[in-house]
Amino acid sequence: MNVAADFDRVARRARIQRILLKVAVYTLLAVWALVVLFPFYWMLLTSLKSYSAYNSEYIPQLFTLNPTFRNYVDAFSAVPLARYFLNTLIYTVLTTGIMLITVIPAAFAFARLEFRGKNLVFTVLLALMMIPNELVIITNFVTVTNLDLRNTFAGLILPSVMSVFYIYLLKENFEQVPDGLYRAAKVDGTSDLKYLFKVVVPICRPTIITVAILKVIECWNSYVWPRLITDEAAYYLVSNGIQEIRENGFGRENIPAMMAAVVVISVPLIVLFLIFRDRIMEGVAKGGLKG
Amino acid sequence: MKRSEWKAWLYLLPALLFLAVFMLYPLVDVLIYSFEESYNSASQSYTGIGFYNYSYILRDPYFLQALKNTLILVFVTVPVSTALALLLSVALSSIKPLRRLFQTVYFLPYVTNTLAVGMVFMILFQKTPYTNGLVNLIIGLFGMSPVDFIDGPYAAKMLVLCIYTVWVVMPFKVLVLTGALASVREDYYSAARIDGTSRFRIFRKITLPMISPMLFYLVITGFIGAFKAYSDAVAIFGTDLNAAEMNTIVGYIYDRLYGDGGGYPSYASAAAIVLFLIVLTITAINLLIRRRKLQGGDAQ
Amino acid sequence: MNVTLQNLTKRFPARGKKGEDVVAVNAANIEIKDGELLGLLGPSGCGKSTVLNLICGLLAPSEGQILFGEDDVTELPPERRGIGLVFQNYALYPHLTVLQNILFPLENLKGEAKLTKEEMRERATRIAALVQIDGLMDRRPSELSGGQQQRVAIARALVKMPRVLLLDEPLSNLDARLRLQTREEIRRIQQETGITTIFVTHDQEEAMSISDRIVVMKSGVIQQIGQPQAIYDDPCNLFVAKFLGTPPINVFRGEVRENCLYIGEAAVLHLKDTPDRAVYVGIRPEGFVPDEAGALVCRQKGVEIMGRDVSVVATHEALEAPALRAIVSSDQKLSRKAEAVAFSLKPHKVFLFDRESEERVPFAVKEG
Repeated sequence: MNVAADFDRVARRARIQRILLKVAVYTLLAVWALVVLFPFYWMLLTSLKSYSAYNSEYIPQLFTLNPTFRNYVDAFSAVPLARYFLNTLIYTVLTTGIMLITVIPAAFAFARLEFRGKNLVFTVLLALMMIPNELVIITNFVTVTNLDLRNTFAGLILPSVMSVFYIYLLKENFEQVPDGLYRAAKVDGTSDLKYLFKVVVPICRPTIITVAILKVIECWNSYVWPRLITDEAAYYLVSNGIQEIRENGFGRENIPAMMAAVVVISVPLIVLFLIFRDRIMEGVAKGGLKG
Repeated sequence: MKRSEWKAWLYLLPALLFLAVFMLYPLVDVLIYSFEESYNSASQSYTGIGFYNYSYILRDPYFLQALKNTLILVFVTVPVSTALALLLSVALSSIKPLRRLFQTVYFLPYVTNTLAVGMVFMILFQKTPYTNGLVNLIIGLFGMSPVDFIDGPYAAKMLVLCIYTVWVVMPFKVLVLTGALASVREDYYSAARIDGTSRFRIFRKITLPMISPMLFYLVITGFIGAFKAYSDAVAIFGTDLNAAEMNTIVGYIYDRLYGDGGGYPSYASAAAIVLFLIVLTITAINLLIRRRKLQGGDAQ
Repeated sequence: MNVTLQNLTKRFPARGKKGEDVVAVNAANIEIKDGELLGLLGPSGCGKSTVLNLICGLLAPSEGQILFGEDDVTELPPERRGIGLVFQNYALYPHLTVLQNILFPLENLKGEAKLTKEEMRERATRIAALVQIDGLMDRRPSELSGGQQQRVAIARALVKMPRVLLLDEPLSNLDARLRLQTREEIRRIQQETGITTIFVTHDQEEAMSISDRIVVMKSGVIQQIGQPQAIYDDPCNLFVAKFLGTPPINVFRGEVRENCLYIGEAAVLHLKDTPDRAVYVGIRPEGFVPDEAGALVCRQKGVEIMGRDVSVVATHEALEAPALRAIVSSDQKLSRKAEAVAFSLKPHKVFLFDRESEERVPFAVKEG
C-alpha cells in the first residue's frame, strides 16, 4: 500500500536522523572531555620527561618513551615542597576543624532553639552571604598585620574560618530532623548539647561531611589570603609555593620539575574527589562557588 | 525561659564572634578607609575625609587597565561559558551510556588548584626560544604563524585568560544545568513528542523556559565570579600583572594593599567599593530585567 | 477508528548481565471498536501502562503489530499516529497559560495541516467549551484545581482531533468527590466526540462504571476482555473474580465430592456431572441468603447497617481471608447479637476455581 510505503520511509529517515544526532552528541562530549583532560595529561607527561629531553623538543612530543621520576626528586629537594605540603595540611585541617566547631552549634541554635532576635540575626547572616570577600580582606589584612600575626598559622587560619553559607546549609539540614525526636529527648531529660551531638550530628552526618569536604577544597586551593599574609617560605601553602617556584625558583627554567610539583599538589584533591564524587557534586550544586 | 535564651546565644557566640571581627567590622572599616585621604599605614593618620581616593583610582592607569581587562573578561567568558555549558548539559542529558563518566571528567577542573593548572595552560600556550609550544604547533597546522600568547600582544594574552577562565568555570555551570535539566519531568517531553513538536521547538518552548531560573542564576553568579577574577590571571601571567597588562580589579586591590605598589589600604578600599557597586548594579539590573520579563509573560 | 493490537509483546532487558528479560506485555491481542471506551484494568505493574505507551508510540514493541483502522502504525513515531494522550499528572506546561497549553499542539502542525491564528484560536475555544474551561483561558496551571487541570489536559489532547484518545490513570490524582464527577465528565466528552478512547486504571470501580468494555491484565498477560457486567458475572479465573467487585468476592477452600460441593464438612450445593476435585469457592457478597436452614454456618462477628443494605461480617475456618462480608437486604431480620449465622447460596453468584490452576471450573446445579 502506498501509505505504508510512505510510513516506511518516514520511519527510516527518523532512525537515520537519530543515529546522526547520537554521533554528533558523543563527538561533542568527547571533544570537551579531551579539552578538560588534556592539561592533566600534559602536566603528567611533562613531569615524566627529563629536563634535557624536554628542552631539546622544539616540537613538543605527545608521549615519552623514557619516563623519569627524577623531576619529582628535584621538586622536593630544590624547594621545601614537603614543607608547603605540611603547612597546607595544617592550615586545611585546623581551618576546617574550627569551622565545624563554630558552625555546627550556630546552625543548631538557628534550627532548633528559641530566642529573641533570632530572625533578625539570621537575616543579617543571609545578607552577609552577599558580601564579596574582597571587601573585607583589606581590613583583615590590616588587623592581622597590626596584631603581628603575619607569617603565623593564627593569622592564616582565623580570618578563613567563617563561612556563612555553611551555617545556612547546615541549618536547613538540621531542620529536617523530626520535631518528635527533640521532644522525646526533652522528655527524657537530655540536654540540648547532648541532643545535638548524640542525635542531630549523627543524623546529619552526610551533610556535615559534605560541608567539611567543600571547606577542605576551598582551603587547599586558597591563594589570595595566604599570599597577602605570608612572605616567609616557612609559612607558604602549596599555591604560594608553586607560584614562588615559578617566579623565583627552578620553575623559570626547569619546567618538568615544576610540572612534577604541580602534579603532586593536584593529586590529593583529585583523589578526594574520586572518593567522595557524589557528595562533592551534590554539595557544590547546592550553592558552592569557586573562588 | 531566660536561661534557655542565654544558652542559645552561647551556641551562637563563637560563630558571631568570628563574623563580627572578620566580616562585620571590616565591612564598616573598608568604607571608612575609602574616604580617609592620604592615610599612612605607618603612623595610622590621615589628612581629611573625602572622595580623593575614588578620584585617584579612577585616574590611575593601572586601575583603568584592570577595569578594562575585567570588563572584557566578564562580557566574553560569561556568555561563552553559559552557552557552552548549556550545549554540553543538553548533550549530557540526552545520553545514558558513559554519562556518569563524562560528568566526572567535566567536574575535575573544580577540584584542581587554579594556580597549578594555570601553569599547565601557560606552558601549552607559551612561546620560548626553545619551543613554540603545543598550541602554536596546532595553529601552525592551519597555516597561521606562531604567536606568543603569554608575553606577546594584548589580544593573544586576553584570549588565553578567557579560555582558561571558561575552562575553570565550566564544571559548576554544567553541574547546575544538568541538575536543572534532570528536574524537568519526562512527561512534558512525552506530551510534546506526541503532539509532534520538533526538537528545536521542544528546547525553545519547554526546556528553556523551565530551566530559565537556573540559567539566570548562573548568569548572575557568573558575572559576580568573573568580576572577582584574579587567581586565573596570576596562574598564567605571574604575580606582576600590571607589567603584563593583565591585571584585574581584584588584582589591583591586592597590589595596592601589599607588595611593590602596596601600602595604600585607602586606594584598595576605594577600588573594592567600586567593585562591589559594579557587582551590585549588575545584579540589580538583572533582577529588574527578570521581573519585567515575568510580568510581560503574565500579560500575554 | 478501530484499534487492533496483534500479538503485542514488550520485553525490557534485564538489569545486570545474568537475569532474564522482563516481559511487561505478553502477546496481547485486543480489538477496540470505533467509538468505544475501553478500560485497561489491572494492579500496578501488570503492564497496562506499557500497553498504553506502545499504542501511543513512546515505546516500541518487541513483537507484534498495532493497527489504527487499516494502517499499521507499529513503526510510526508518536506524532504521526494521530493520538491524544492525557498524562496521569497531566503534564501541563507550568509556564504557559491554559490557552497557550491548548494551542501548543496546533502550533506544531506543518505544511498543509498548518492553521491560521484565527483557526487555531477558534478550535481551542470550541474544545475549551466542550470541556467547560472557557472561563479559565488566561490562568496558569498552578492556579487551577486538580479537576480543572484534568480538563485542560483533555482539551490539549483533543484539540488536534486525534484518531484515538488515551488516558493514563485519569482520576488517580483527584479526591474522591471529584473523581465521581470527573469520570462522568469523561464519559460525556467521549460520547459527544465519539472518539475511540482507551484508558488505564487500577481502580476496578472506575473501570466498571464508565467503560464499554474492560481488559483485565495481570503480569503482562490479558486475563479477560468483555463488558463490565459480563466479566463480573462470569470471571474466567480466580484473579479476575477477586479483582472485580466491592466488597470483594469471598473465597473459601472447598471440595467437590460425589457431585456435592463441600465447604468444610457442610454440603452447600448439590451439583450435576461435576468431577471430584479440590477447588476454591468464590461467593459474591450478594450471593449469601440468611437462612436458618442454610448449610453454610459461619461465626458472626458483626452486622453493619448501611441503609438500603445490611452487611454481615463473619468468619469461617475454610475462608481464605480473615473475614467474609455478605450483603443482604435490610428486609432480612438479623440479630446483631447472634453468635452464628447460617446462609444458603445463590448458585449463579458462586464460582468454582481449580485449586491448582485457579482457572474457572464449570458446574451445574441439580434442580430441586
